[in-house]
Amino acid sequence: MVEMRRAHTRDAYGRALVELGRRNPNVVVLDADLSTSTKTAMFGKEFPERFFNVGITEQNMMSIAAGLATCGKTVFVSTFAVFATGRAFNQVRQSIAYTNLNVKIVATHGGISVGEDGASHHSIEDIALMRVLPNMTVVVPADAIETEQVIFAVAEKPGPVYVRLCRPPTPLIYEEGYKFRGQPLKYELGKAVLLEEGSDVTILATGILVYEALEAAALLRKKGISAEVVNVHTIKPLDEELVEKSARKTGAVVTAEDHSIIGGLGGAVAEFLCETYPVPMARVGVRDVFCDSGPWEELLAYYGLTASGIADAAQKVISSRGVVR
Amino acid sequence: MPIINNKHEPHTEELVKRLEKLAKKFRREILIMTTKAGSGHPGGSLSAIDVITAIYFHQLRHDPSNPKWEDRDRFVLSKGHACPALYAVLSELGYFPKDEIHNLRRIGSILQGHPDMVKTPGVEMSTGSLGQGLSAAIGMALAAKLDRKDYRVYVMLGDGEINEGQVWEAAMVAAKYKLDNLIAILDRNRYQLDGYTEDFLPLEPLAEKWRSFGWHVMEMDGHNMKEILDTLDEAEKVRGKPVMIIAHTIKGKGVSFMENENKYHGKALTPEELEKALKELEDPEDDEPRG
Ligand SMILES: Cc1ncc(C[n+]2csc(CCOP(=O)(O)OP(=O)(O)O)c2C)c(N)n1
Repeated sequence: MVEMRRAHTRDAYGRALVELGRRNPNVVVLDADLSTSTKTAMFGKEFPERFFNVGITEQNMMSIAAGLATCGKTVFVSTFAVFATGRAFNQVRQSIAYTNLNVKIVATHGGISVGEDGASHHSIEDIALMRVLPNMTVVVPADAIETEQVIFAVAEKPGPVYVRLCRPPTPLIYEEGYKFRGQPLKYELGKAVLLEEGSDVTILATGILVYEALEAAALLRKKGISAEVVNVHTIKPLDEELVEKSARKTGAVVTAEDHSIIGGLGGAVAEFLCETYPVPMARVGVRDVFCDSGPWEELLAYYGLTASGIADAAQKVISSRGVVR
Repeated sequence: MPIINNKHEPHTEELVKRLEKLAKKFRREILIMTTKAGSGHPGGSLSAIDVITAIYFHQLRHDPSNPKWEDRDRFVLSKGHACPALYAVLSELGYFPKDEIHNLRRIGSILQGHPDMVKTPGVEMSTGSLGQGLSAAIGMALAAKLDRKDYRVYVMLGDGEINEGQVWEAAMVAAKYKLDNLIAILDRNRYQLDGYTEDFLPLEPLAEKWRSFGWHVMEMDGHNMKEILDTLDEAEKVRGKPVMIIAHTIKGKGVSFMENENKYHGKALTPEELEKALKELEDPEDDEPRG
């Protein structure tokens, strides 16, 4: 077996921000005393004039970002996901989403892969909170390489965007230059990426669960099951065309995410499919509980956010489809 | 309308009279539009209108025919529920037709129940959820510094509004960045929604609080037009610090039965009350339509 390559999505963010700063003097960055963790400090070091560390004032930071955006700035704001979306929810809603302003909320430390810091720092509801806001685009890159693509793409897209990154160094599924298994790809917001074709079940995954989904497909293959694997990096707007096409093809869908099964990718897909093409479905994610502290990979395993968790769910939906059909 | 840039006009009696007359007209319009809508916040609109009138007709450099002009001064109404006051002023200046005030709070109108910068020309920031406008104004003031522009940002807060912790977060940040292009006005009408401010969360000593947060603090009678004009001028001379002007005002100012009567915080006058109020606000030289 080849050794797994890993990288931090937030390192990729920090580097991309610096590059953006060089390209575009209108880019400004705000942070709330977490810049060494979110990696916005890299931007701050190179562009101190355009970097505002406003102290531990997340709510204030969101509204300042809005004010800067009204003056034509492309504003990136960063803090941990749980604070960006929960602590400052009303500010994001009132000052950024309602106003449709050009603010990119790039939050790190999404999901339970935050690990040892525990439930106060786990972000299991951020995707749901951001997804429900009109005007908001919601993006969860699958790895560090995709993160770079996402940051450049959202900088070009007018309006509010939420980008969710994570804490630990996570497995790379892409190769340098945004290639998948040697094949060069073109990143497009809102267009999910069909990574593996299959015919028995569709696995729609986002963020760090995309890697697990690919592993799950390998496990299933050994059992003679052909799984289609899709990286749904943009949760809103959902790539409805691809989701429906794949659901029609396989007749069984599993979603997988490092987030609550309520309101995130699983929620989005269920809402969409039940109105268009209902199929048996299973959601892999945090099952409406606050999770414990622990090493992140052990945590993911403990709560079933793994390749085997996904593979089990896939087998279940396939068998329930058998009954339905 | 060309760029409005009146602030060098001396503060003559004639100017003061003209602004007072305008403010009186806006008082009538505030009451007419809220009664017509059947809801809204007349009390805090009446306390704020003299200052807002002075800012828009004398202090602000702006261009109603080009609301997005990059070099304009900005005014953020952080206590967004007082937007009838803002709508009366913006329509007078031609940001949108005066008639629109009769559609306040109606489906399809550009005049929402609270300020909406996307729908209403001239509105700089959508507010309504209290406590956020000062932060937004800081963003605008920081942008001016970054772009080496000389525009100023005015922001009006309610005294109840500053219960919000975010206001004090913002206060620290404005001082840190020495935002002397930021002028905040606190509409100190001593009432909030449920009653007298000092009964809920005592604010005094208010001036000392802001001073200790690193602000230059001034006080004025927020219904004395000459004093408002003089104070706004003085505020522009402050260097190296943001300015907080505490405007001592009266909630419901201008209508005898509304003054300090907090039931008009969030309740429109009935048609009968409106008739009475308009009598008190009559301007013999003006033949404006009623109701
Ligand atoms: C965050 C938030 N909480 C509550 C309200 C409801 N509310 C509207 S006005 C008001 C009182 C505001 O008091 P003050 O700032 O003194 O305004 P004024 O008395 O001048 O009208 C409240 C609590 C709100 N709009 N926003």
